[in-house]
Amino acid sequence: MARYILKRFSLMIVTLFIIITATFFLIHSLPGSPLQNAEKLTPELQAQILAQYGLDQPIHIQYFKYLGGLVQGDLGTSIANGQSVTGLLMNGFSASVFIGAQGLILGIVIGLILGVLAALKRNTWIDSFATGTSIIGVSVPSFVLAATLSYFIGVELGWLPANLWGTYEHTILPSIALSFPVVAQISRYVRTEMVEVLEQDYMRTAKAKGISRLAITVKHALRNALIPAVTVMGPLAAGIITGSLVVESIFAVPGMGKIFVDSITSKDYTMVMGSTIFYSVLIISALFIVDLLYGIIDPRIRISGAKE
Amino acid sequence: MSKILEVRDLHVSFHTYSGEVKAVRGVSFDVEKGQTLAIVGESGCGKSVTSQAIMKLILTPPGEYKHGEVLYNGKDLVKMSEKEMEQVRGKEIAMIFQDPMTSLNPTMTVGKQIMEGIIKHQKLSKAEAKEKAIEMLKLVGIPSPESRFTQYPHQFSGGMRQRAMIAIALSCNPNVLIADEPTTALDVTIQAQIMDLMKDLQERLGTSIILITHDLGVVAETADRVAVMYAGKVVESGTINEIFAEPRHPYTWGLMNSMPKLNQDRSEELSPIPGAPPDLLAPPKGCAFAARCKYAMKICQEVDPELIEHSKDHRVACWLEHPMAEAYRREVVEGRQSV
Amino acid sequence: MSTEKTYTPELFEPIGQLEKRAEQLNRKQVGVWKDAWLRFRQNKGALIGVALLLVIGLLAIFGPLMNDHNWETQNLAIKNQSANIDGHYMGTDHFGRDLWQRVWYGAKISLEIAFLAVFLDVVIGVTIGGISGYFGGRIDMFIQRFIEVIYSIPNLIIIIMLLMWMEPGILAIAIAIALTGWVPMSRIVRAQILKLRSQEYVLAARTLGASHKRILLKHLIPNVMGPIIIAVTFSIPSAIFFEAFLSFIGLGIRPPEASLGLLISEGNQILQLFPHVLLWPALVLSVLMLAFNLVGDGLRDALDPRMKK
Repeated sequence: MARYILKRFSLMIVTLFIIITATFFLIHSLPGSPLQNAEKLTPELQAQILAQYGLDQPIHIQYFKYLGGLVQGDLGTSIANGQSVTGLLMNGFSASVFIGAQGLILGIVIGLILGVLAALKRNTWIDSFATGTSIIGVSVPSFVLAATLSYFIGVELGWLPANLWGTYEHTILPSIALSFPVVAQISRYVRTEMVEVLEQDYMRTAKAKGISRLAITVKHALRNALIPAVTVMGPLAAGIITGSLVVESIFAVPGMGKIFVDSITSKDYTMVMGSTIFYSVLIISALFIVDLLYGIIDPRIRISGAKE
Repeated sequence: MSKILEVRDLHVSFHTYSGEVKAVRGVSFDVEKGQTLAIVGESGCGKSVTSQAIMKLILTPPGEYKHGEVLYNGKDLVKMSEKEMEQVRGKEIAMIFQDPMTSLNPTMTVGKQIMEGIIKHQKLSKAEAKEKAIEMLKLVGIPSPESRFTQYPHQFSGGMRQRAMIAIALSCNPNVLIADEPTTALDVTIQAQIMDLMKDLQERLGTSIILITHDLGVVAETADRVAVMYAGKVVESGTINEIFAEPRHPYTWGLMNSMPKLNQDRSEELSPIPGAPPDLLAPPKGCAFAARCKYAMKICQEVDPELIEHSKDHRVACWLEHPMAEAYRREVVEGRQSV
Repeated sequence: MSTEKTYTPELFEPIGQLEKRAEQLNRKQVGVWKDAWLRFRQNKGALIGVALLLVIGLLAIFGPLMNDHNWETQNLAIKNQSANIDGHYMGTDHFGRDLWQRVWYGAKISLEIAFLAVFLDVVIGVTIGGISGYFGGRIDMFIQRFIEVIYSIPNLIIIIMLLMWMEPGILAIAIAIALTGWVPMSRIVRAQILKLRSQEYVLAARTLGASHKRILLKHLIPNVMGPIIIAVTFSIPSAIFFEAFLSFIGLGIRPPEASLGLLISEGNQILQLFPHVLLWPALVLSVLMLAFNLVGDGLRDALDPRMKK
C-alpha cells in the first residue's frame, strides 16, 4: 500500500511540474505584449511596467523565479489590477468551495438514493424515472441548466435570487445547477454496480443464511456497490470544478471560476496562468485523494496492495 | 427411518426473452434423516435449479414455481412467505455452493460472514457468536482460526474458502445440508479432503445431505441413495447399490460408460453419450432422452414415460420397463453384457 | 405399477439412435450484427434518439432555406424580438439578426466541430491504442506511461491552454478537443486487442503464417469495431459540450460567427430581459446532446449485452 501511495504521489508531482512548465512557456510565447492597452502607453512607461513585473528579464530567469514563488504559494501578480493572484483566488475560494461542496453533496445523496432504488425496483417507474433523470442530466450542459434555473426560478417565479451573492439563498440555485450532472452520473453508476452485485453468487449465499432482505441489501449489496462508485468521485469533483467556471459566471458568484473566466476575457495572462495552475492542483489532488480512499475502502487493495 | 424432506412433482420455469424455459419438469424424491442423497446428471439438467428451488433461492421473476411441493417435516416450503423462509434458511436447511471463489462476500471478513447466521438464528451476543464462529472454523479444519477469523476471502486458498463455506452452512446445526457441486471448482487432492470433511461432519452431527454432482466417483463414495436427472426430470432413482449394480435407464448406462473404472482394460475407450440435451424452451413431447438413446423405440418419441417402481426403492422412467417391451429389453441387456 | 393405457405392439419397435436429430434441436445462431440490430430496434429511447438526430440534422442543412433571412444581417430596428413576425420564427437577437438562421447555422458549426474532433480522436486513438496493444512489450509500456501523464492533466486545462495559443476557429477547437479525447479511445482499442491477442484463433492465424497487417485487418479490427462505435457515439456529445463550453467562456467561436455555445453565451447576457435569445439555442443544444446519448445507450446495449443491466 505504501509503495502504491508513493507511486501515485510521484506521478502527481511529475504531472504538476509538466503542467506548470507547459503553462508558463505557452503563456510566455503568446504573441504581442503582455501589457494590456500597450499601444496607449509610451515606450518608457511600457519598459517601466515590464521592469516592475520582472517581465524584462530573460525567460529562464523568469521561469525559475516563478517556480520559486510557487513553492511559497505565490502565483504572481495580476497585470490587470496589480494585485496578488493568490490573494484574488483566495478571495473567490470560499464562495466556490461552498457552492461546489454543497452541489457535490446534494448530487451524491440524491444520486445514491435514486441509483439504489432503481436497482432494487428494476423495471418499475422508479427505474424509468432514474434512467430518465440520468440521461437528461448527462445531456443538458450545466450552463444551460444554470441559465434556465436562473430565469425560471429566479426571474419568472422569483422564489430565489437569480444571481449575485450574499445570503445563503444565493447559494441554492448555483449548487442545484452543479449537482445535476452529479446526480445523473452517480445514479447511473450506482444502479449498474448495484444490479451487478445483486446477481453475484455471494448474495445467494447471504440469502441462504436466512438473513432478511433489508440486511442483505445494506450489509452485502450496498457496500460492494459503493466501493467502485468511489472511483467516479474524482472525475465528478473535476466536473464540478469545470462546471463552476460557467455556473459562477451565470449566477455572478464572486468565486474562482468567475475570476478565471473574466481573466480569459480580459487577457490577464498572469491571472490565467495562476488560475490554471491552481485548478490543476485542485483537480489532481481530488483524483489522488479519491484513489487513496478507494484503496482504503476496498480490502482487496488495502491488504494485497494491487487491483485485481 | 423417516423422511425429512420430500419433493413432490416440482416444476420450475424461467421466463426469458426467447420464451419459457422449463428447467425442472416434475421432479420427486425423498431425503431420509441422516442419509445422503446424490443428484447426478450433466450440466443443464436442472439439478442446481432443483437444489436452489428447495430453499426458494430462485429469483421470481424470472423464475416461477409452476407446480409441486417441497415438504420439510411435512410443511410445504413452496407456500411459505419470505419471512417464514428466513427461519428455515440457514437454520433448518443450509447450502454450500459450487464456486467458493465467488460465493463469499469479498469485502466482509470471513468471521463476520460466519457470525451473521449464528446471530440471526441462535440469538447469541456478538462475543458468543464470535466464539462459536471460531469454533466452527476449527471444526472444518482451518488452522489458526483466531487469526483467520479477521481475514478476507481473498486471503484464503480455494480449499480453505470451501471449508469456510461449510463452516457457514453448518454453523446453526441445520438438519439438511444441500451441497451444490461442492468440489467441482477445487483441485483433485482438495476435493477428497472436502468430501471426507463433509462425511465426517455428517456422522458427528447427523445431518442429511443432498449432494448435487456430476462426478459418479464422489457419488459412489458418499451417497446412500441416488437420483439421476435428465432434462429437468428424474429418470432413475434408487439406493446406491441398485444404481451402481443394476442400472436400468439407458441414460444411467451412458453415464456409467463415460466414467473410467479401476478394473477397466486400458485398450477400452471411454464412450461419451453422443448428442446434446434437448432445448428446454421446447422440450420434446416424448422421452427427452429418446433422440440420444441407442435403444429408442417408436413410443419413446411419442409419449413421455412415467416413473415406474421396479423394486421398493428403485424407480425408472423408461419404456423398456413396460411389459410390452420385455423381450426387447432382455435382448438389450444381454447385448450390453456381452460387450 | 404399470400404466393403465394400452399401447399397440408396433409402438415398441426399436428405431435406434437419432443423434442427428438431437443436434438439429439446438437453437439457430443469429449473427452478432444482426442480433445487435434486433436489440437496437427494440430500444424505444434509441429510436427516438435517431429520429431527433435526423430532424436536427435536416434542419441544420435545410433550416436556413426556410425563411428569407440570413445569419449575419443586422437590423437594429427589430432587435430582441421574441415574436414570430416576418418569418423570424425564433425572433431576433440584440443586433436584430434572425435567430432561426443563427441557430441552425450555429448547430451546423457545432456539429462540424464535433465530427471533426471525433474523427481526429478515432484516428489518433486507434493508431496509438492499436500499436500499443498489438506490439506490446517496451513500446506498450512507453506509450502507457505517456498516456498516464497526459490523462492525469485535466482536459479543461489542456484545451484552454491550446486555444489561448492557437488561432481560434473550427479546426483549432476540433484539434484541442481531439488532443484530450483520444486517450479513452486508445485505451478501448488497446484493451480489446490485448484481449483478442490472447485468443486462440489469432494464434491459429499466426501459426498459419498470416502477416501482422493481415491479422490486424482481418481479425482484430472487426472485433474492435463494436466498442469503437459505442465510444464514438459518446464522444460526439462530449465534443459538442466542449465546443459550447469554450465558446461560452470566450475561447471558442468568435462573434459575429455563430455556434450553439456562442449563441447561448450571447443570450445569457440579456437573459433577464429577453430569455428567448438563450432558450432557443439552449433547447437545440440539449436535444442534440440528448439524442446522441440516447443513441449511444442504445448502441451500447445492443452491441455489448453484458453491459446491459
